[in-house]
Amino acid sequence: MTTHTAIAELRAVRRRRQVLVVAGMVLVVLVAGTGALLVGAAGLTPGQAIAGVLGLGDKGDVFIIQKLRLPRIEAAVVIGAAFGMAGALFQSTLRNPLASPDILGISGGASLGAVTGLLALGLSGVALSGLAFAGAGAVALAIWLLAWRKGLHSIRFVLVGVGFAYLCASLVAWAMARAEENEAAGVLIWTVGSVSDIRGDQLALVASGTLVLLVAVALVARTQGPLALGDDNARALGVHVDLARIGALLLAVALVALATSAAGPIAFVALVAPAIARRLVNDGGAALAASTATGAAMTLVADVVGQHALLGIAAPVGIVTGLVGAPYLLWLLATTEKRSR
Amino acid sequence: MTNLRAESVSLGYDGLRVIEGLDLTLPDGKITAVVGPNACGKSTLLRGLARLHPLDGGKVTLDGTDITAMPRKELARRVGMLPQSSVAPDGVRVAELVARGRYPHQGWFGRHSSDDDAVVTAALESTGVADLADRPVAELSGGQRQRVWIAMVLAQQTDIVLLDEPTTFLDVRHQLDLLDLLTELNRNQGTTVAMVLHELNLAARYADHLVVMSAGRIVAEGAPSAVLTREVVGEAFGLTAQVVPDPVTGTPLVVPVGRYHSK
Repeated sequence: MTTHTAIAELRAVRRRRQVLVVAGMVLVVLVAGTGALLVGAAGLTPGQAIAGVLGLGDKGDVFIIQKLRLPRIEAAVVIGAAFGMAGALFQSTLRNPLASPDILGISGGASLGAVTGLLALGLSGVALSGLAFAGAGAVALAIWLLAWRKGLHSIRFVLVGVGFAYLCASLVAWAMARAEENEAAGVLIWTVGSVSDIRGDQLALVASGTLVLLVAVALVARTQGPLALGDDNARALGVHVDLARIGALLLAVALVALATSAAGPIAFVALVAPAIARRLVNDGGAALAASTATGAAMTLVADVVGQHALLGIAAPVGIVTGLVGAPYLLWLLATTEKRSR
Repeated sequence: MTNLRAESVSLGYDGLRVIEGLDLTLPDGKITAVVGPNACGKSTLLRGLARLHPLDGGKVTLDGTDITAMPRKELARRVGMLPQSSVAPDGVRVAELVARGRYPHQGWFGRHSSDDDAVVTAALESTGVADLADRPVAELSGGQRQRVWIAMVLAQQTDIVLLDEPTTFLDVRHQLDLLDLLTELNRNQGTTVAMVLHELNLAARYADHLVVMSAGRIVAEGAPSAVLTREVVGEAFGLTAQVVPDPVTGTPLVVPVGRYHSK
């Protein structure tokens, strides 16, 4: 009986650690979010900010909080959460820590869709976002068709995706090279990503869509444990492997397409947030919840840093996530204890 | 009484037939060993029995029910299978890996219950890896790792356990340890065990029922002492050998004759 309780205790310790990581990331979101509410061209006191959130007090303050600052914070959190979850799903379903929408070309598909819409069709707003969504979906489908051989083979999926990533990047660069100077700036935002202009109906759409998808992921998340043991082991444990994998990848693609259609391809979040989350949780699991929270925290912090030039760079969030995310990933990898395989 | 039976089963890869019209019944409550030369289809057969590989023809039944007609999780509660050379995900710990064997017993929103803890603990203890519960699987030796995987299959609590070359990459002592462990499982809990083995002499020693395969068909099956003759070894493996009684157990001991080094 002593070992029985010991096993239960081990499980409780692991579980507490997961909760702790998620709680820590939520705390980061709260702190960074509060900071972002208070700081800006118009300085507000905490009292004015709270009144603004509640829709009370000075009309100007309410406008600044509700129309400018709060939507940007919400957008960063929602987009970051979507990228974090999508990355974790890709990586655990394909059993490859490099599998992320940037590297698989799915973000690239969204950029290509948006850039085409912008330059060739002169679209803007929701129509443009729709085309970005379609671009991401089209690349995912194309990878699918080329990678499917009587079942889905992870490494083939990743390699085909890398091919599409280069193809999309080349086409976007070509379009930019041909574009007029004044158009190129608008195109640029679709290659680095930004959360500064997502508000109103678009924000509501992205937020509710992301929420629905996250709930759907929670419903299928249980198959990730057996799937991580390999196809044969998962089948022997009673998982319908192809269905489970298709379902997980569809949800991940939908999350990326939705987030990218609104914010552009924010570099590195989907790749790095799950790596950080898994390292912090450190139980060998997919760390889906922790990755979601980490993605949200990472994106919000990067946006605050970029918006207020805290590191001396005023830049869209996608540039900051790349500048900060890459070194952090390298540091994590360098300090992870060496393990025998 | 649970009976796993293959009825005129055909299996293959991309149109290449490996097994054609094969019949086999795993004796209930016994240890069955499947031996045969490389590429004779023994692993494929085991995978077909566990529904890891689709059948091209025939059917596999469990107590008379076609296993493809059963819900996957129900099959996984009754037939466990350890595939060849499984690799644990990075960072996963022993207790967590073993706990994944509980998957078919948990519902849609299943959380681990204290029953699950009890089963996982029992599996860890009977395989002698309870002390390693909090260690990452990747840090363990080959013998320990294989025990952990077997613990995972035990946590699945199935009446039938299939193992594809469970002793590969283990040294002689660990091979014996592992086969002793499976014998204990069979004797103490009445679990039906079927495994693919490469080592003929260990198969003859540990199996109640020996199945010798060659080129996708069963050459001979039955008690090892009746089955493992020089004629059968010659036919299945294309090998000249002497078969003498094992001085320890009396079971057949195959002593191969090569082209060199004869007296």
